[in-house]
Amino acid sequence: MEQLVQQLAAGLSNGAIYALMALALVMIFVSTSHINFAQGEMAMFSTYLAWAGMQSGLSFWPALAVTVAASFLIGISVERLVVRPLRDAPHLSIVVVFIALLAIFHAFAGAIWGFALKAVPSPFADWTVVSNPYLGPHQLGMLAVTGMMLAAILAFFRCTRLGLAMRAAAENPTSARLSGIPVDTLLALGWGMAAGIGAVAGCLVAPVLYLEPGMMSGVLLYGFAAALVGGISNPAGAVAGGFIVGIVENLVAFLGARFEAATGIYVFGTGEKLTLALVIIVAMLVVKPGGLFSGHRRERA
Amino acid sequence: MTSRSFRLQALAVLAAVLSCPVWARAEKSYDPGASDTEIRIGNTSPYSGPASAYGNIGRTIEAVFRMANDAGGVNGRRLTFLTYDDAYAPPRALEMTRRLVEEDNVLVVFQTLGTAPNSAIHRYLNTKQVPQLFVASGATKWGQPKAFPWTIGLQPSYATEAAVYARHILANVPEPRIGILMQNDDYGRDYLAGFMAGLGEANQRLVVLRATYETTDPTVDSQIIALKGSGANVFFNITTPKFAAQAIRKAAEIGWRPAHYLNGVSASFATVFKPAGLDASQGIILALYRKDVTDPQWHDAPDVQAWRAFMARYMPGADPADDGHNYGYMAAHVLLEVLRKSGDDLTRANIMRQAASLKQFAAPLLLPGVTLTTGRDDFFPIESVRLGRVKGQSFELFGDVISVENR
Repeated sequence: MEQLVQQLAAGLSNGAIYALMALALVMIFVSTSHINFAQGEMAMFSTYLAWAGMQSGLSFWPALAVTVAASFLIGISVERLVVRPLRDAPHLSIVVVFIALLAIFHAFAGAIWGFALKAVPSPFADWTVVSNPYLGPHQLGMLAVTGMMLAAILAFFRCTRLGLAMRAAAENPTSARLSGIPVDTLLALGWGMAAGIGAVAGCLVAPVLYLEPGMMSGVLLYGFAAALVGGISNPAGAVAGGFIVGIVENLVAFLGARFEAATGIYVFGTGEKLTLALVIIVAMLVVKPGGLFSGHRRERA
Repeated sequence: MTSRSFRLQALAVLAAVLSCPVWARAEKSYDPGASDTEIRIGNTSPYSGPASAYGNIGRTIEAVFRMANDAGGVNGRRLTFLTYDDAYAPPRALEMTRRLVEEDNVLVVFQTLGTAPNSAIHRYLNTKQVPQLFVASGATKWGQPKAFPWTIGLQPSYATEAAVYARHILANVPEPRIGILMQNDDYGRDYLAGFMAGLGEANQRLVVLRATYETTDPTVDSQIIALKGSGANVFFNITTPKFAAQAIRKAAEIGWRPAHYLNGVSASFATVFKPAGLDASQGIILALYRKDVTDPQWHDAPDVQAWRAFMARYMPGADPADDGHNYGYMAAHVLLEVLRKSGDDLTRANIMRQAASLKQFAAPLLLPGVTLTTGRDDFFPIESVRLGRVKGQSFELFGDVISVENR
């Protein structure tokens, strides 16, 4: 029982990591209709900026604020320099460009900061209010920030004119442009905001995963699975999807170990966690492309 | 007119040089890639791709050869180090190695990194009779002088090291129940096979749980919880630095305190024990063969001081905590020694002979008592390790140098 609770708690904290990544993926999808494969590496790059800030004496939160601003500008520049010239290119070219961006950010981070593992301090280390043996202070902090980011994003898209305009610009650029929405500016803004969310995600997971250029490459896959489970255009669904993926994968490992202990036969276990993430991705794409929480599909005439 | 007569003169001089008496170089013999002035050395390393963290080994070797050239080269010959990116992809390693041998005419291939890339070029180099020197991989298959006389390894094999842990556990832990965490690939399996062999048939039932992880897993928290739940009182940890640090931290967080054996791959204070937390790392046992340059006990050792001076001069700005700089420096000095011993007989056959006749060569940065010895039937240069445990900010070495015959 103790072990089950431990596994669920670990799943929850891993789930927060996936949820944060999924939020950035959803942000870019909602605001530009693209899936950015370089999102994880951009977040990793931002985390290095924050780490550099902390090395030069800033504490966590100011460093994070500076980093979010810098990442916002990086996101906008990427859109301006790389994505916009390809606006009319086929989907495949855009995918190739995103994969190239992934490699570029990875290589630059390695060249600038090296590949050795770096520890990033947790901003929540002193939280002893709710101490318990299952979720550490950083994990609780991560959950809290995930919730706050989700609320902010939902409010932004639902309640602000800018958010609405952004969704319009992504979903139907032609009509949006005709009704006077500055589509180009909004697409760039979407890239900037996604990069900013990625920066927050990177800085929050770094104390858990340790910072190195490969930090986000595995997380991106799980984040993608989470976003698909919850619906790639649904921020709340993506966060829920993150927790579902995190908890399910640990349950699989737990049940597999139990089964092996009881019968002596190894069927599945910790080695199959990645396989599980991929199975989830494929299954969701085949069975319910709109995500678990999608209602009936509305077709527009 | 003047220009034509100048050309004629130049031709005459050239002819004179070329017809230089043969006896002048009678005792010198060369294979492709060697001459009176130059020795060409080839290498492929992962400068991009998933294993690019190890690219620093190639960069360090390049810098060591630059240092050697600044000091006059080896026996008066400049070293030319040609190193290509193989992105850790075996087909690319083979393609680049063919280019090194067939177009760049290198004398030897040296320190190609990784088990998979080396496997891809193993047969090719042996067919071409080009030395594949001091392979940067702990796999056991690099030491088969009969079947592959042109290939020689360097570091203690993973299997050797794992067997040392197995024996130490059997001798020191009463009623061991062993939990294993391993990376799910060749590296993990090599360690596991050596460990199981070291335990022996009768003791393999002592392993109560074997948990695996993929390099794409964000954390190994779930595995550590499962290992604790298995009731293991011994933990054999086969992980690379990032996962080693996570495992140590998580075990401490959930209050699991087994006798902890960590593979030498992650023997680093800078990238494992400090990130994981020094408190959580105390008492972990490792088999070591090199000095950790960030360990204060070696701060004043002459070879570490020389290394530090080298880093400051030839690799300014590089992260001294990155173990690739340490390993590459040691490996490059082994090749320098072999080339020095080869004298003016720079044929591939002689270089293999010299590589296979090292006698207790103490390469820099090796632990006291650990040396390189090779022979016609012994293509495992480093076969000894020392056990150490994490104490404070240092490895406290204990016991004797443990030598393992590996034939």
